[in-house]
Amino acid sequence: MSILGTRVLRTEDPRLLTHGGIYVDDLREPELAGAARVTFVRSPVAHAEITGIDTEAALAAPGVVAVLTVKDLDDLPPPPPPPAEGEAAANEGAPLPLGGVWSEPLFAVDRVRYVGEPVAMVITDDSYQGEDAAELVSVDYEQLPPVVGIGVALDSEQLLFPGTTSNVAVNHPLAASTADFDGCDVVVEQTIVNQRLAPMPMEGRAAAARWADGKLTFWVSTQNAQISRFILAGALGLDPAAIRVIAPDVGGGFGAKVGIDRDALMVAWAAKHTGRALRWAETRSENLTGMTHGRDQLQVVKIGGTRDGQILAYHQDVVQDTGAYPRMSGFLPTLTNLMAAGSYDFPNVQAGYRVVVTNTTPISAYRGAGRPEATAAVERAVDLFATEIGMDPAEVRRKNLIPKDKFPFTTKTGAIYDSGDHVAVLDKVLEAAGYWELRAEQARRRERREVLQLGLGLATYVEITAADAAGGETARLVVHGDGTATAYTGSSAHGQGHHTAWAMLVEAELGIPMEKVTVIHGDTDLIPFGVGTYGSRSLQLGGTAVHLAAVDVKEQARRVAAELLEASEDDLELDTDSGGWQVRGDPATRRSWAEVAGHAGAAGITAETNFTEGHPTFPFGTHLAVVEVDTETGKVRLIRHITADDAGTVLNPLLVEGQRHGGIAQGAAQALLEEVVYDADGNPLTATLVDYAAITAAELPSFELVKSETPTDANPLGAKGIGEAGTIGATPAVQNAVVDALSHLGVRHVDMPATPSRVWAAISEARKQGEGE
Amino acid sequence: MIPAPFTYKRAGSVDEALDLAAADGDEAKFLAGGHSLLPLMKLRLAVPEVLIDVSRLRELSYVREDDGHIAVGALSTHDQLARSDVLAAKLPLLAHVASHVGDPQVRHRGTIGGSLAHADSAADLPAAALALEATLVARGPSGPRAIPATEFFQSLFETSLEPGELLTEIRFPKPASATGWAFQKFTKRAIDWAIVGVVVQGGNVALINMGQTPLRASGVEQALASGASPADAAAHAAEGTEAGTDLNADRGYREHLARVLVARALDEAAARA
Amino acid sequence: MKVSVSVNGSPVVAEVPDRTLLVHFLRETADLTATNVGCDTSSCGACTVLLDGKSVKSCTVLAAQADGSEVTTVEGLGGADGMHPVQRAFHTEHGLQCGFCTPGMVMAAVSLLAENPSPTEEDVRSGLEGNLCRCTGYHNIVRAVLAAARDGASQ
Repeated sequence: MSILGTRVLRTEDPRLLTHGGIYVDDLREPELAGAARVTFVRSPVAHAEITGIDTEAALAAPGVVAVLTVKDLDDLPPPPPPPAEGEAAANEGAPLPLGGVWSEPLFAVDRVRYVGEPVAMVITDDSYQGEDAAELVSVDYEQLPPVVGIGVALDSEQLLFPGTTSNVAVNHPLAASTADFDGCDVVVEQTIVNQRLAPMPMEGRAAAARWADGKLTFWVSTQNAQISRFILAGALGLDPAAIRVIAPDVGGGFGAKVGIDRDALMVAWAAKHTGRALRWAETRSENLTGMTHGRDQLQVVKIGGTRDGQILAYHQDVVQDTGAYPRMSGFLPTLTNLMAAGSYDFPNVQAGYRVVVTNTTPISAYRGAGRPEATAAVERAVDLFATEIGMDPAEVRRKNLIPKDKFPFTTKTGAIYDSGDHVAVLDKVLEAAGYWELRAEQARRRERREVLQLGLGLATYVEITAADAAGGETARLVVHGDGTATAYTGSSAHGQGHHTAWAMLVEAELGIPMEKVTVIHGDTDLIPFGVGTYGSRSLQLGGTAVHLAAVDVKEQARRVAAELLEASEDDLELDTDSGGWQVRGDPATRRSWAEVAGHAGAAGITAETNFTEGHPTFPFGTHLAVVEVDTETGKVRLIRHITADDAGTVLNPLLVEGQRHGGIAQGAAQALLEEVVYDADGNPLTATLVDYAAITAAELPSFELVKSETPTDANPLGAKGIGEAGTIGATPAVQNAVVDALSHLGVRHVDMPATPSRVWAAISEARKQGEGE
Repeated sequence: MIPAPFTYKRAGSVDEALDLAAADGDEAKFLAGGHSLLPLMKLRLAVPEVLIDVSRLRELSYVREDDGHIAVGALSTHDQLARSDVLAAKLPLLAHVASHVGDPQVRHRGTIGGSLAHADSAADLPAAALALEATLVARGPSGPRAIPATEFFQSLFETSLEPGELLTEIRFPKPASATGWAFQKFTKRAIDWAIVGVVVQGGNVALINMGQTPLRASGVEQALASGASPADAAAHAAEGTEAGTDLNADRGYREHLARVLVARALDEAAARA
Repeated sequence: MKVSVSVNGSPVVAEVPDRTLLVHFLRETADLTATNVGCDTSSCGACTVLLDGKSVKSCTVLAAQADGSEVTTVEGLGGADGMHPVQRAFHTEHGLQCGFCTPGMVMAAVSLLAENPSPTEEDVRSGLEGNLCRCTGYHNIVRAVLAAARDGASQ
């Protein structure tokens, strides 16, 4: 019986549990002996010209090795020249930093654009001295009017980037006709805030660097060692072959550790500049303003249809705040646009977006990266429409979901959903939850005017995984002469359990037991080419690559075994239960993998693959959140959360459940608690974990997961990606539940997070307007 | 993340602690559990040059039933108070409030003396001290003195302790048996500071985070004393308060919460009486 | 000042700056890196260890305050087969993903079960409110602690 599809405990665990993971700040490599510490000096103001930096006092502080600023960067190759006129404005939809006039420097040059922007660095013998010395660097700022918030960015004459004509970095607004809504009995419009979040992995950003003999060894907490190497090569003017990047254990990433950023680049540069090995690990306060943030869209949605529940048109117009520098500016809202249609077969869908820069931390990917925003918008819109026509939101969804027989389905926004059964997952969740009993309980509580009201929130979603399917993933599998195997993967786990999953794939294909399979990732000397882990791509691309490498190894081994057994290849079989090659039906002839691989030569048997998919894949699902709202105080309690998340064939249910749980928690956190807040001057108000309300175990119930597996044909595993799906479905389900709890009072919308204060304000406002009473 | 440099001194007795404090004057602060002071020092919002560690003064860690009052050593941890059999039997409100301070790790270190001396109006124990009509005993260079809770809390983070004075004991009058009590702590998350909180002991009602200091809800108390129902009395909850506005709540919402929570606390107390 | 702490049963003695936090004493002086620093406001619990048997956030304790005391970190927990029942339960219930919060979470759980050997789910959730995890959504962590309780982990 194959191990695939069974619950296999993680091979990663024993080490992590008894010895602890080795994250960058734990490294005790001999190369880092005597390393000095980097502490950054960061801007305390959001928008200012830098008029002077005085390092004299810092230089005299105990333990200081060096104090570096922008003027020390003269040993780097010059940045690319600014684009010719007109190119900046034409840079629409660019997936990566726009460059040119929108460029982001290493140290701030003459201007700072967000609180937390690095201005200088002190290098000291230890980190305690670093904190002391950093305080002594004196920077003079001449403040400029801050541009904070999307409204201000659109209207203000104050520009972040001299040489541009506005703060709109990318301009693709919705230009659709209102005629799209002709024929609608009912049209609802709503402005929705999808608020800024902090990814907040438990391990912040960290790096260590050492130069020796013209080569850089760079350890960094990243999701992509190979991409990081290319970024370093470009920034430092080096041949990639002169750089080794190692990702040790990484304490969470969630998209915010894709590649490396300017701070890490400067650590690498400073190590060369000073000739010292260097280490850096940011504090949590630095992390909450210095690591990229997520989300932050202002969405205007318009939805219309007939009174019997048929939705005819949906418009979505988004403004993305990208923070001070356009890092993933074009990329994220293009996904929001692409997924605007959600899980529905609406006849008319139009979407547009603009991207603005503001004096705040730059925005980049955060679990879902553009897709949670789309789902949140359309699911809110569908509930608004349902309320307007007085139909249950489950029924409205049922009437509009893409029917099973229409897959593959091309949406009006150009996405081609590979496989799905949206109505089935809706029904499974409704049944598992006891939806109609819950509606009855809700009605009873309303009738009795109870203080604690019940709210039910649905979200049906589709999400795109391996959006960069053509980028593929690499694998190299070696079976050694002792019968063990090593799988080198381009994927880069930071909690997902790839080592377990990839070992399962090798065992399933070759019969080599998992205990004998070592998985290696994240070292560019061992794995020079690979993409890494983001966008829920790893199993379908990286796992498939390992699987195909195993198939290749098997075929090579067949030829070797044929020679060893002096038999024809066609007469041989691999018995995966015992892990041995034999003449079919004759166990007496069995030879172990050690014998076969040993016979192949000293290097054993090796296969290398690079697997690309013909298209991205589209997991889908339904979430139902059940909340209890205290209508006297506004406090919301999530009491149940039921989901079906269909990501195709499941390799290891244990790992998939873990991803779903973690996704649900982060999704619920956006709906109820978390928010990055700036004041009008660009000062962050949620810069510590006292104020940034990360969700804890006390705010969550245990989750109820329903199974659903609809395979894809995109890869031999039939697998789609699960990592972000939970987050995408959970946020709108919880938000819809909060509104649903209060709909009898006349509340139609509550923006996220649905904090007690916000919910109370909605209740008070509705009571004042006297609706529904 | 790291405190500015300081000198650490450890006191082996109360007398030694007072001598050390007298020697270092304004530069020195007492360190008990450290869970109010060290977080401030790590963010460099407090930069004392000398810390006098009093946390090992075991003689200041006790819960005792004396004549007419319960005596609690100032260096008793929140966890010790939460588990105290004496408190469970004689002063359950205090045990209950202590059991809700912070999280389990915080409760293993934080002390009642440290919390009261820190005087954060958003903290739970100062309001409990007020509701329980506590007397705070301090010892300083000029000897011991007893300070009623009503005079102890001067302003946010300010008490009537003189420089060099150390809290040694907190005395709570023994309530009559079958006195109702209640504690309502309204937070966004379980670990958060109270957005608003209410402590009820008999006819005493104290408010958390409705001003610069913990406050007695005198409007409520007077209404109750004149025979008003809990619901009617609770309507007076915000009178005389100066609730602040922050990320979690504006003044108006806090005043509303105070009324709701006082009503709930009074009902809860009545059920216990 | 000179600080002497018994860490996982072994004495660690060193002259350290007075302001040294216990978590750094453990990570750097005792060279036990499992205990992690996750925040700077005593909020996240990643640094949780046992100090004289009770869970504390070692980032909010001075090494000097632990002088003469016993500290237990996750590296010192292991039982006969190398794993304490709580560690084993975290493994069987998939209570960890990236592992960064795990040492602190395990020590908090050990302390919770020592004080409450038969907790309800609600007891576990509120008992772990001082420990943040970003990966697991807590669902399997709670299952792990309850499983460890059934296995008599407090003994």
